[in-house]
Parts: sequence; C-alpha cells; structure tokens
Amino acid sequence: MILKLDNLTRSFGSLKAVDGVHLEIARGEALGIIGPNGAGKSTLFNLVTGLLRPDTGSIWFDGRDITHASPRARCIAGIGRSFQIPLPFENLTVFENLLVAAIHGRGRREAQVIDACGEILERTGLIAFANRRAGALNLLGRKRLELARALASAPRLLLLDEIAGGLTEAECGELVRLVQDINKSGMTIIWVEHIVHVLVAVVSRLMVLNFGRKIIEGEPRPVMASAEVREIYMGIAA
Amino acid sequence: MLGWIDTLLQGILLGGLYSLYATGLSVIFGIMRLVNLAHGDLIVLGAFLILAATAAGAPLILAFAVVVPLMFFIGYALQSALLNRALGRNILPPLLITFGLSIIVQNGLLETFSADTRRLDIGPLQSASLPLGSGLAVGLMPLICLGAAIGVIVLLNSVFYRTPLGRAFRATSDDVEIAQLMGINNRSIYALTMGIALAVCAIAGFFLGARANFDPSIGPARLLYAFEAVIIGGLGSLWGTLAGGIVVGLAQTIGAHIDPEWQILSGHVAFLIVLVIRPRGLFPRAVD
Repeated sequence: MILKLDNLTRSFGSLKAVDGVHLEIARGEALGIIGPNGAGKSTLFNLVTGLLRPDTGSIWFDGRDITHASPRARCIAGIGRSFQIPLPFENLTVFENLLVAAIHGRGRREAQVIDACGEILERTGLIAFANRRAGALNLLGRKRLELARALASAPRLLLLDEIAGGLTEAECGELVRLVQDINKSGMTIIWVEHIVHVLVAVVSRLMVLNFGRKIIEGEPRPVMASAEVREIYMGIAA
Repeated sequence: MLGWIDTLLQGILLGGLYSLYATGLSVIFGIMRLVNLAHGDLIVLGAFLILAATAAGAPLILAFAVVVPLMFFIGYALQSALLNRALGRNILPPLLITFGLSIIVQNGLLETFSADTRRLDIGPLQSASLPLGSGLAVGLMPLICLGAAIGVIVLLNSVFYRTPLGRAFRATSDDVEIAQLMGINNRSIYALTMGIALAVCAIAGFFLGARANFDPSIGPARLLYAFEAVIIGGLGSLWGTLAGGIVVGLAQTIGAHIDPEWQILSGHVAFLIVLVIRPRGLFPRAVD
C-alpha cells in the first residue's frame, strides 16, 4: 500500500469539506475520484499534499505517517500533483518550470534531469513551447504544463486534478493514452475528473465523494450504475 | 550650458550610489514580498563595520573584503533565526520586526560609535577625477561607484537567470506555495536572499562612507531614497532599480542646481510624478 487516509476530516467553519474519509491505495493502482462541485475532491488533494492540515485523522505514505509533514517533504517523499486551476511559475519558461520540479523534487543536478525534462515536454506536447514564458501559455498549454511539471518531479504517487477540462475529444484520447502509459510505468495515480468517460478509461477503481463523505467505492462500471451515483448526478432517488 | 551638463553627469553618478542602496531592497521585496524597514540602517552598519575594521588596522580593501561576506552571514542568520519565523500571509509581523531592527541597529551604532560624523579614508581617490575636456571632469570614486552598481546588477542577474539556484529564487518569488510543492526549501531561499541583500548593503555602505560623511542616524533617509528608486524602476526589475536610482539622483542634482535647498525635495517630487504617470514604475516585471 502506498497511501492510506485514515478517518480524514477537514472543516471550514461549519462546513465539513472532507468528512471522515478512509482510503487505501495499492502501489501502481489508478484510482478515480468523482463528485459534484464542492464535494471535497480538491480539499482531499490539498490534505494529501500538505497545503491543508486535517482537523482529525492521519495520512500514511509508503508506511510513514506524513500527517504533519511539510508540502516540501511530501514532494521529496514522492507525491506530485497538478492543479485544477493551473498555477505555473509564470515568469519562468516552460522548460524552467520542469527543471525546478525535477531538480528540487528529485534532489538531482541540472545535467541529470535535462534529458528527462525534454522527454516529458515531448510526451505532453509542449516541446514547441519549451522556451516560452509559462505566463504566456493559453489554458490548454497551462493544463499540459501542470501535468508535465508534476511528472518532472518523478513522483511515485501522482494526483491529477481535472486535467481533461477544456480538451477536445481527440485531445482527451491522447491524454488517456498518456496517463495509461504513466500508470503502466509503475506510477500510482489518483485522478479527480468531471469527464467520467475519460476517467473510467484509465482507472481500475472509482470513489464517489459528496459533501465531503465517501458515498461508494469500487470498480468503475458498477459504481457508475449504482443508485447512489444516479441520485447524486441525476436526482433519481435510490 | 557646461554647468547643466555637469549637473546631469553628477546626477547619473549619484544615481549609481542610490541604485546600490536600492538593489538589496529590490531583491528582498522581489523574492519575499518583504519591505525591510531596517535596510538603510543596515547600509550604515556596513559602513561602520568597514570603518571599525580599518580602525583596527586592516587596509581598506581587506576591510571591504571581510565585511561583505560578514554581512552576508549576518543577513542569512537574521532571516533564519528571526524573520523566517514571522513570514506568513500577514505582512505586518515581519514589517514590525524590521522596524524594531532599524531602531536597534541605529541605537547600537550610536552606543558603539557615538553620534560623530565619520568618513572612510580612501586616500588619493577622495579627490581623483577624470577630465572629460572642455573643463568637465567626473570624480573617479563616483564613477567606480556607478560601475560597482552596474557590476552588482549584472552579477545578480547572472545568478537569477543563469543558474539553477537563481531559477529557484524566481520560482519562489512567483509562488511560494507551489515552490514548496516542487521541493524547494523556501526558508533557505529566503535566508540566502537576505544574505545577498546585506552583502549588497555592505557594498553600498562602503561607497556611502567613501563618498560622504555618515553617522548612525542617516539610515532612514537612505531607506527612503532606496525605496523611491525601487518604486520608480518598477518592482522586480534590477535594471529598473538602476534607472530608478538615476532618476532620483538626477532629480536631486537638478533641484540643487536650481536652488541648493531643493535637492532632497526634488527627488521626492520626481518620485511622486512617476507614481502618478506610471504607478507600476518605469520597468515593471510582466507579472507581479
């Protein structure tokens, strides 16, 4: 098991954004998380990466309790993420964004990571923009950069937050193949996504969140066909 | 006419000194978003440390060579031990700490060195000048000072834009939370930033003491000139800071040329005019 969330809870005032979530993920697994807006998906990612601290519960990564570890320590331990709203280093070039993640996330020297960063740019379709200032990229470019930068830090656990939004059908197909390849290479993936058909093409397990609580969890097709999901998404009573 | 040309030349040279005052402030603000209210006093501290080293028998160059790295370590320690603890979303605590530090440095210098005005003895360089023909001449020391200001900016820009460490500085400046998520130790970056800024303060202190008299009370005015130069130049651009320093220097010498009483006021007026016409300064960074 690479990640274990044990009774994780985080509130903002009276709102419980994440409410007693238990989760265990095996090494090399691809897990999808769905849920309506405000279900607590991004908050869950913020808890795992250390941007937020839980009110109660614990987070275990690779057998170590990282509940109180800094975001930097979690990155170095092997947790990488992309953001729903892309947050590149705007005044750095696209290539420099990757170099920063690769050098500091992996603790390597520049010469050791240049080739790997170039390869990631190639895989994510950003090679033509390598020397462009990241702040000058359009939304699609920024989303790709989010994924590329997360990959550059060579994480063992990759958290993807709605990276398919705004992509065309063909681009979604490319993205699916890319994430499948990444997963096959041994990287564990947790992917939060609204575009469900993209998600189920990659993940082997799906978890549904609503109002911060885990509603159901299991293989994608039975989960999508479940009464709980139909109730949440279509208002059909179970 | 010659008088005006001379005034402009002197203004540009004075701008070199002001941009040295401002460079450290600009670096600190650019990377940490921290306004260091003790910056002027730390420049004066640099001048006094060099003075103390020469008084102890060290040659001036050796004193300079020792004090610059010493100030780097003071800056590194100050940030690590004190200011890093106060950094967060609220900008007030670090601001108040630097305000307190300003008072401590001023009073510490007053206690140690008295209120007497001092000057660094730079020997024949004090009065050496470079004739430009037609009766015009520029002082060699002010010229070296301008050269040092340009040299410091070239060096810092090389570090910031051509080294992996500089990339980490710029990434931290862009978004400190994301920088941490990418494995950057922001506290270490901040400590290095303060170290670099104080090393530049020592260089500025050397030229302050070489060009003019100084005493423990003049720090806040240096801070003001530095602040004006940074704002005029545009936050985040070191070449802008040089330009800002030259604008303040030119405004002061032109003001003094018209009426000696207008010198300081003219610098402030130029600052206000730039602020009204270009609120983000002359050379703002693309994204702040």
